[in-house]
Amino acid sequence: MVTAVRARKKQAGLTQQEKAAIVFVFPLLFFLTVYWIIPSLSSLYFSLTNYSVVLKTKWVGLENFGRLFEDVLFWRSLKNSAYFTLGNIPLSIASGLLVAMTVNSAIRFRNAFRVIFYLPVVTSSIALSMVWLWLLDPHFGLVNAALGVIGIDPQQWLQSTTQAMPSIVIMSVWGGVGSTMIIYLAGLQGIPDSLYEAAQVDGANRWQSFRYITLPSLQPITLYLLVTSIIGSFQIFGPIYAMTDGGPAFATTTIVHQIYINGFRYFNMGYAAAQSWVLFMILLGLSVANLRLQVYGFVSD
Amino acid sequence: MRARGANRRDWVRTVLKLLGYLLLTAAALSMLVPFAWMIFTSFKPRQVIFQMPPVIWTTQYTLEHYLKALTQGKFDIYFRNSFIVSGFTTLANLLIVSMGGYAFSRLKWRGRDATFMVVLATAMLPGLIALIPTFLIVKYTPLAGGNDILGQGGTGWLDSYPGLIVPALGGGFSVFLVRQFFSTLPRELEDAARVDGCSEYRIYSQIIMPLSKPVLAVVSIFTFQASWNDFLWPLVIVQSDRMRTIQLGLTLFRSQHNVEWGILMAGTALATAPTVALFLLAQRYFVQGIALTGIKG
Repeated sequence: MVTAVRARKKQAGLTQQEKAAIVFVFPLLFFLTVYWIIPSLSSLYFSLTNYSVVLKTKWVGLENFGRLFEDVLFWRSLKNSAYFTLGNIPLSIASGLLVAMTVNSAIRFRNAFRVIFYLPVVTSSIALSMVWLWLLDPHFGLVNAALGVIGIDPQQWLQSTTQAMPSIVIMSVWGGVGSTMIIYLAGLQGIPDSLYEAAQVDGANRWQSFRYITLPSLQPITLYLLVTSIIGSFQIFGPIYAMTDGGPAFATTTIVHQIYINGFRYFNMGYAAAQSWVLFMILLGLSVANLRLQVYGFVSD
Repeated sequence: MRARGANRRDWVRTVLKLLGYLLLTAAALSMLVPFAWMIFTSFKPRQVIFQMPPVIWTTQYTLEHYLKALTQGKFDIYFRNSFIVSGFTTLANLLIVSMGGYAFSRLKWRGRDATFMVVLATAMLPGLIALIPTFLIVKYTPLAGGNDILGQGGTGWLDSYPGLIVPALGGGFSVFLVRQFFSTLPRELEDAARVDGCSEYRIYSQIIMPLSKPVLAVVSIFTFQASWNDFLWPLVIVQSDRMRTIQLGLTLFRSQHNVEWGILMAGTALATAPTVALFLLAQRYFVQGIALTGIKG
């Protein structure tokens, strides 16, 4: 009897801590619900309508998704985003690892080097875009002037359909090397020295130490970087908007650029919501595939 | 014979080391040159900027581009707006996130771990997916910007400070950081306080918060930086000049004018200065922040 009452009391009443907890988490949950959870879920609903702020909203089912298949610009943007990602990620990861290993060794001014490589990471992508627009200016830019010294003709860079995307890739690698470096540095410092010492005793050379100790030890970090940089690269927008606005001749229009144009220039918000869901599914698919491959790699090793 | 071999190896090592320094220095210079060129350009007189080949070093420097950026370019308004938005976002986020972190680490309640998983999940979602509905929620904010109680009739929080600040509050990632740190503090601290009849609010504000300055600093720095550098959200909701943030100001200036590189670089320097200064002053917190995220080999 007594235990039953107690049990009921425990079910119905709130403890002192539970009452406090409601007050403590309420603001957080409120903002997350109103500005994250509800919008994320309802964007699926919008993707099935022709919502456009001005017109009357109509349920269109999967029509938006069907339209995507015939949208030449959307395919173009998928291709451009993949191009950017495939250019950006290998270069970022390789240069980040190289710099991390260099500034991790016993060198002078180590800290100063780290700070220098990290500077672009704390700077806004828009500010970096402005600086690079100026550097790559075909007429008065520093890059063409420097190339002129070694006898190379002025290039069009961002104004050329073939050079625009590579230019943006170069800027992104330059701007992102610091963040890859700092993450690899944390990993390098976690590798025990005893491993290298043992390898040295066994007569391993530097390349072998790198190949059989450093690389495998950093594998989880490389995986983390791969997943996060795929997600980041596929969402590139700021530099595209600021430097080329998708041009010239749609050579640099990316998925998020298309979503922005459709949603906020043409106010085809239902259609833009459908595009953002496609992007989400691509990112989810790539992340899962990546994790699967890596797990498989671990097992087969 | 052996000594000579060892000597030769030493010699090779020295050369390799020098080569390494040379490459590293070249790489570091290539990181610095764009920033340096931005600063040089912003102080060079107009006629020097457009000289070809470019003048690396000149003796004539001027502040005119900064003055023009502030007056003609309206960068004074943009800078102030960015400061207001980032400042308020940082302060409000600190309060909300630390309260949430306290509930998730120091209080016992039913459904705590499940709720925390939901909070974490929001940090994993690409923000883009929420973009369009969030825009509409902000537009239909009740009783704001001419809206009635049902959110109809006006523009809500579009083109306003609350619209720039409120949707950015409550990052799942920051909650995670704060919760991790709070969990490491010894439990005896608050148990003793609870026995003495201390309320949870006092334990939070007078015991836990003062002990957590490092993690609070990390969260503040990251929030400020993210808010200052944010672009897509302000681009979507700002319509008027008086609400424009500095990142928007840069893209607008570049698109409107027959680009005045001196003024644009002065504006870019203004947009860069706060986050770079913050980074240089608070370096150790950046390093701690990365360590706190628990990425280890």
